Amino acid sequence: MNNKDIWEPVIGLEIHVQLSTKSKLFSGASTDFGALPNTQACNIDLALPGVLPVLNEEVLRMAIMLGKALNANINSPTAFARKNYFYPDSPKGYQISQMDKPIVEDGYLDIETSKGKKRIGVTRAHLEEDAGKSLHEDFEGFSGIDLNRAGTPLLEIVSEPDIASPEEAVAYLKSIHSIIRYLDISDGNMAEGSMRCDANVSVRKKGEEILGTRTETKNVNSFRFVEKAIEYEIKRQIHQLESGNTITQETRLYDSQNNTTRPMRSKEFANDYRYFPEPDLLPVKLEKEFIEEVLTSMPEMPTQKKERFSTQFNLNEYDADLLSADKDFADFFEEVLKFSVSPKIAANWIMGELSAELNKENLNIKDTKVSSKMLGQLISRIEDSTISGKIAKDVFTKMWSTGKDVDTIIEEEGLKQVTDDKEIESLIDEVIQNNPEQLKQYQSGKDRLFGFFVGQVMKVSKGKANPQQVNDILKVKLEK
Amino acid sequence: MALTDKELKEIAYLARINVNQNIFPSLKKELQDILALFDELNNADTSDIEAMSHPLDLSQPTREDQVTEVNEREKLQKNAPLVKSGLFLVPKVIDGED
Repeated sequence: MNNKDIWEPVIGLEIHVQLSTKSKLFSGASTDFGALPNTQACNIDLALPGVLPVLNEEVLRMAIMLGKALNANINSPTAFARKNYFYPDSPKGYQISQMDKPIVEDGYLDIETSKGKKRIGVTRAHLEEDAGKSLHEDFEGFSGIDLNRAGTPLLEIVSEPDIASPEEAVAYLKSIHSIIRYLDISDGNMAEGSMRCDANVSVRKKGEEILGTRTETKNVNSFRFVEKAIEYEIKRQIHQLESGNTITQETRLYDSQNNTTRPMRSKEFANDYRYFPEPDLLPVKLEKEFIEEVLTSMPEMPTQKKERFSTQFNLNEYDADLLSADKDFADFFEEVLKFSVSPKIAANWIMGELSAELNKENLNIKDTKVSSKMLGQLISRIEDSTISGKIAKDVFTKMWSTGKDVDTIIEEEGLKQVTDDKEIESLIDEVIQNNPEQLKQYQSGKDRLFGFFVGQVMKVSKGKANPQQVNDILKVKLEK
Repeated sequence: MALTDKELKEIAYLARINVNQNIFPSLKKELQDILALFDELNNADTSDIEAMSHPLDLSQPTREDQVTEVNEREKLQKNAPLVKSGLFLVPKVIDGED
């Protein structure tokens, strides 16, 4: 029996999302990325004696929206706690976080994988401050500390151990990413660390109730690496257990170059963060009116948008899903529809030609060379029979490379579709005249030659004849 | 509650206090007396009392999301024993914690 049939992985994810506020969680210092070291670290971020934290209201709005999107409870009052540890990039000697009363609790998220739909529980999402950065190179035995990032607001989203495969983990992560982008509460850039993922992984024999010993893998900074790191960790644990060893509960680091995980240096004593309620901050009571005000300003979420796309525009599940997954794509789609074109055709163009060109040049939809207006006009020209769908594809390629609009290209290239009956008739006559042999065969019953004649007419018209008219007139002519 | 030497060492390590082993016996007694007070608190009947995380029955005031601080690096780094290229320098630490 394959060992995959015996073992079952149990996975939970902790996702840190950096919130895109202007100022920090507890100070008025800027959170802009890329400033010179320590130029955005004020006396509160530096933990000078006598300073007090003052809570940024915007993070409450962001957390409430996220909580709603995760179908969760919003706790009021919600309280802060100190998580104590010593490390130079955290000058206070503790991190202000949340323990007993996280702002968001008991939610869920429905994900979809190749195996179908699944509901993943979200235990909690809590607010906390980010740490600064330590630089270990070039300082001759010293570490350099930049506290610009210290105090930047984070939301840590903790899932239940409901995830059963690397594929599900990625689907869940992508779903969270989609939500934070829709809500515009973070740029979600994993490579730059605005969204960071730690994976708790354990394995157990199928049918067993008790969870196996878990490890926590940190430092995974792309969707693909999350999948790879979890895959590796599952294999490693199964191998350990089958070799008669036990799993050590530990924190491991993912090494993307070698695709392995390795333990972080373990300490003499286990971590003991000695959480206690933050005496410098009162519990936050969220007024009903405040929560309602936030919820009414909430944008449409991916699942709502998907549903609207399928009902309002009559799109199938697959199209609606693809178009709604990314907010910028969804917005582009709706912009194209402003040109009163068929939603289904617009969807096909966006997911077909447009996506292909974007992928080819590794571009984001925001950097597309064919704008929503250009695509909307192109589709209009197909729908009003100025050009055929086939020629439209060539036009699209030209639009992409030249940036010219559809009418200019049609004009310059003389691509206007031939819709004049007389003109088509003469083309057909020409084709029939030049192919007497095929005509004879057709008239003696070889029906499939009809396609041959259509092809020839399209060829002499250089693809410009209206195919429907060619069909209709050809039928009449050949029956004569 | 009886404290072991190992627990005492661990508490000292977590607080980054270098405690001389000579004073372990007296320190242990002091800490045990403090812990006894907590035991007394634990024995109080709190079944009718709502848990609170702050003695004041007020809500935390908030501020608007505005940048109000300017760059004061030069002033703020005057107290630092070692600075280089705008960075605070500290004895090398590699082990990461979150």
